[in-house]
Formats: sequence, structure tokens, C-alpha cells
Amino acid sequence: MRKLPPKETNQGGHGGVAGEEPILSAEGVSLRFGGVKALTDVSFNVRKGEVFSIIGPNGAGKTSMVNCVSGRYRPTEGRILFDGQDITKLGPNRRAGLGIGRTFQNLALFGHMSVLDNIMVGRHHLLKAGFLRGMVYWWGGAQREELAHRAEVEEIIDFLEIQHVRKAQAGTLPYGLRKRVELARAVALKPKLILLDEPMAGMNLEEKEDMARFILDLNQEWGMTVLMIEHDMGVVMDISHRVMVLDFGRKIAEGLPEEVMAHPQVRRAYLGVDDEAVNPAEIDA
Amino acid sequence: MVAMTPAGDYRTSYRADTTIFPTRNSRIALFIGLALLCCAPLLLGRYELSLLINIGFLGIAALGLNILVGFTGQISIGHAAFFGLGAFTSAWLHEHLGIPVMLCIPLAGIVTALIGLVFGAPAARLKGLYLAIATLAAQFILEDFFARARWFTGGVAGRMTESPVLFGFAFDRDETFFYLTLAWVVIMFVAAANLMRSRDGRALVAVRDHYLSAEMMGINLAYYRTLSFGIASLYAGIGGALYAHYLLFVSVEAFNILFSIQFLGMVIIGGLGSVMGSLMGAAFMVMLPEVTQWGAEALAGSAIDQALRLGASISFLREMVVGAAIILFLIFEPDGLARRWRLIKAYWKLYPYSH
Repeated sequence: MRKLPPKETNQGGHGGVAGEEPILSAEGVSLRFGGVKALTDVSFNVRKGEVFSIIGPNGAGKTSMVNCVSGRYRPTEGRILFDGQDITKLGPNRRAGLGIGRTFQNLALFGHMSVLDNIMVGRHHLLKAGFLRGMVYWWGGAQREELAHRAEVEEIIDFLEIQHVRKAQAGTLPYGLRKRVELARAVALKPKLILLDEPMAGMNLEEKEDMARFILDLNQEWGMTVLMIEHDMGVVMDISHRVMVLDFGRKIAEGLPEEVMAHPQVRRAYLGVDDEAVNPAEIDA
Repeated sequence: MVAMTPAGDYRTSYRADTTIFPTRNSRIALFIGLALLCCAPLLLGRYELSLLINIGFLGIAALGLNILVGFTGQISIGHAAFFGLGAFTSAWLHEHLGIPVMLCIPLAGIVTALIGLVFGAPAARLKGLYLAIATLAAQFILEDFFARARWFTGGVAGRMTESPVLFGFAFDRDETFFYLTLAWVVIMFVAAANLMRSRDGRALVAVRDHYLSAEMMGINLAYYRTLSFGIASLYAGIGGALYAHYLLFVSVEAFNILFSIQFLGMVIIGGLGSVMGSLMGAAFMVMLPEVTQWGAEALAGSAIDQALRLGASISFLREMVVGAAIILFLIFEPDGLARRWRLIKAYWKLYPYSH
């Protein structure tokens, strides 16, 4: 893994973009499907400008948590605040306009559209021309709007280095590129907060390094707050300002990466209880 | 499929990169094609012209269904009912409100679109087979309405209509009505092509390809699913209105479920999700029975004719050929004539190499 510049301070992190002010707050979020408790009383804050990672074993409720934030699920209890506004009951399509973008764990591109059109869909809430103005393209401003946004989308394409596939059909691309196109589509929303669900799953080392670079650039240069789920501990430790650990739908730890890794309950969740490795007394403390 | 553009054809502006006809050759072909069509009344006979007019208004309606089925991924087996609604609405508007026929045609489209939005409302919640059944209900409700609402449709007797007149010029013969149809075909197809390269067209395709992530992109699923029914009905209504003022008589029985299935056939054969494919599919569906008839006549008196009695069975032979064509297309060319056409173009471009 590429060595990043050392983190001088805690929440300052790389470049010191993260402030103290929360952009996203989850307050006592619980999610139940019948008798199954996916999340139990999870509270956390994501601060403006930070890279916040959620980790945890499989089935811990990480994706459920992200789905609550993006509106796919509605929490059974608790509430979620974004930029000071209660979004707990807001429909998913309304959240794009507020500034929440996301990528998916299992690729969710529009397979039959070109890469360019996929990214232009991300501009949906920023474009104004409805179907009538679209039909008369040249009159009424649809064309002007399209071309202006096309120019901005091209910047995203340049940034994510996918110029060579911009006209390709998204469904035909190899996995690593599709992940990148999905990121481009989420960036096109101009989100304040971008949710990344396992952005590096299934990638080789080189692709992971590229993706880590993109995430850092988005955070530092584009000023986006990143909420990320990731299994690759090396990446999580390297690029996150803070980390939250979920296990069986409960929050078991939150803090700086190194603090979290040293946390006994986290080690138990990941490694299982081992008398030699972890002192049980330490866990209960 | 990636558009095949010749080497050296560089676009230097985003405007040039978003045109409907991407290459110079395609634009030249377009103008030659339109010029030829404009000369068609001079070159073709009455009968051939009437086939072209049929292809025109059926193509407009098929394009509407393609926007619904091919682009948005919904399903409708009640498209013919909306086609009929457009026909009756236009005729009624002219006779009872005295609106000029030229205005009745777009108005009929708008009225049909509004009714289509009502019947499309279940689409916001239903998908797949369930939606198919809901649209089947639309088909039967409208058919029943046509049969009972004598004030609107003339009941069993049907309704007579009149030819469009513009500044004293009557489109009352095939030679003139052809130009009116051509104008509407151009308007409606350009509008659809424009729609597909702008915001709402992309949203429709996004809903088809992955509705969950479309929603995350800020697309209101219920709105776009319903809207696509409205747009499909708009096209059906305009196609139906042209039909009414061409045949000058609208009968209640014409808009049955078989006709709806034929529209689906046009869309499948032409190519789901292709604007020009809709026109190709309509042309195929209009020409196929003609070709069948022609084939049967060519074989008249031969051994095959004597064995199969082609002359006597020509009426249902035409239906069977249509069915067989749909099945064969689904198996061998599910992307329809539009894809075949692209392959042919690629073949000529690359000749004599195969790749």
C-alpha cells in the first residue's frame, strides 16, 4: 500500500479539511425486519470534510446503515439529520438534491447506456428541462443546459481517467472500470456527502491504489465528505480520519483508526474470542 | 453498441458530439431519403402510397409504445385502445366543437395523453406481469366504452370523419395526405430523438436499467413511470387521429387486443429501445402481409399451391406469418431490425474485412 503523508493531528487528518461541525448525524437508529434486528440504537456523527469509515464483519449492518442514510430503508426508530435537516422520512430521490450521492456494493450502473449517459443521469437533479423542453431540444434551453453540464461531466471523466471508455456501453466494461464509472456518476451529483459502499471490493492492488487516490482527491480537492464502508483494513487505516465499528447491528467502537484497531471488542469481533490474544477481563471493562 | 464512425471524423465541440445524425454521410443519406419521400406521390401508385401512409401513422403509434416498452421497460397490451381513443377524440372534437381537423390531431394527442396518465397511474406501483394485466384492463375498459358511448363513437355504426384542410387546401387524397403524414412522422420522430438525448429521456432509460440506483440519482420513479404512459398515449393519440382522418371512418371494432399485440410485434421486430426501429417495425408489419400475398400469388397454380391451397387460406396465412415473424425475431434477433441495420452498415463500412 502506498504510504500516505503522516497524519499530524487526529481530526485534522490529511490536509486538515475536516471541521468539528457534523454534516450527518444518526441518532439512535434502529432497523428491524420482522424479528431480525439489522441495527440497534446506532448513533454517530460524520463531520464536514472528513473521511469516515464504517467497518465490521459480514452481516454487521454496515450496508443497512448506509441504506438508512440514502433512503433505501427507513429506520424503525431514531432519526437521521443531514446538514441540520431531519431526513429520516424523506424519499430517496429527494436526497440527491440535498447533496447525498452514493455508490453500490454490487454494481448498479445503467447497463445499456453509454458511460457518458450514465454520468449525465447523475446530473438529473441539476438539469431543469423537462420532457417538453427536451422534445424541442433547440428551443427552450435544453441544448444549452446539456452542453454546459456535458462540459462539467467531462471534467469528472478526466479526473477519474475514464476518457477512453466514455462512449462505451457501461454493461460491457470490466469490473474495475465499472466501479470507477459508478463513482463518476455519484460525483456528478455534486454531493456534499458521498456514500461509498465497498469501493475497493474485488479489485487488485493497482486498482485499489487508484481508487484510494480518487477518494482522497475527492475529499481534499473537491471538498466532499466521504462515508465509506470498506473491508480492506490497510486502506481504511490509511485514508480514514475516523472509523466506526459495527457488529451484529450495534456500534462497538468509534474513533481514530489506530484507537479502533486497538479496541479489544473490535479484535474480538474480527478474530473471535481467543484467551491468549485478548484478556476477557479487558473486554468486559 | 458503440456508434461506428469513420477514422478522421473528429468532433471538436460537445454540440457536434450530441447530434442525432452523427456523421456527414448519415446526414446526406437523411436528406436524400427525405427528398425521395417527397417525390413518392409522383413515383408511386395509389396503393403503394396508402401503404406508406399506413406505415406513417402506425409508426408514430409504435414509437410511443417503444418509449414505454423499449425505453422505460414497462409493458402495455392496451396500446390499440389509446390509438382508437385518439381517432374518436379527433373525430368528435371536429364534429361537435367545430375545431379544424388540423388542430384536432394534436388536441386528440393531448387528450389521449391525459387519459393515458390516468390509466398509467397503476404503473407507478406495478411491474411486469401485474402491470400487463392492469393495461389489459385499460384495453377492455376503453373497448367497452367505445361500444357503449354512442355520443362519442357513434356506437356500432361507427363515426364518419372529414379530411384535414389547411388554408383551403384539402388533404383528401392519398397524394396529399401522404405529405401530412410525413410531416407528423418527422415531427414526432425528431421529438423522440431529442427526448432521448435530454434529461427526461435518460431518466426513463435509467428507470428501465436499474430503478434502485435511478432513485438514488434523484429520479422520481412514480413520476417517470406514469409519464412514460402519458408520452406513449400522446403518440398513440396522434397516430390514431391521422388514421381517423385518412380512412374517414372509424369503426368501434377496429381497436381490439389483436391490434394491441400487433403494436407490440412492431416494437419487438423493429427493435426495443430504438427510435428508428419503431418505424422499421411498422414498415415490416405493414409489408409482411403484402409480401405474403404476393408470394401466394406467385405460387398460384404450382404444386405447392395445389398441396396447401394457398389461395383459399391466404387470410389466415397472413396472420400466421406475422406470428412466426415475432417468434423468429425473438429467437434470432431480439434487438430487432434496428440492430440488423447497424450490422449491415458496419459490414459495408468494413468490406472486405469482417471485423
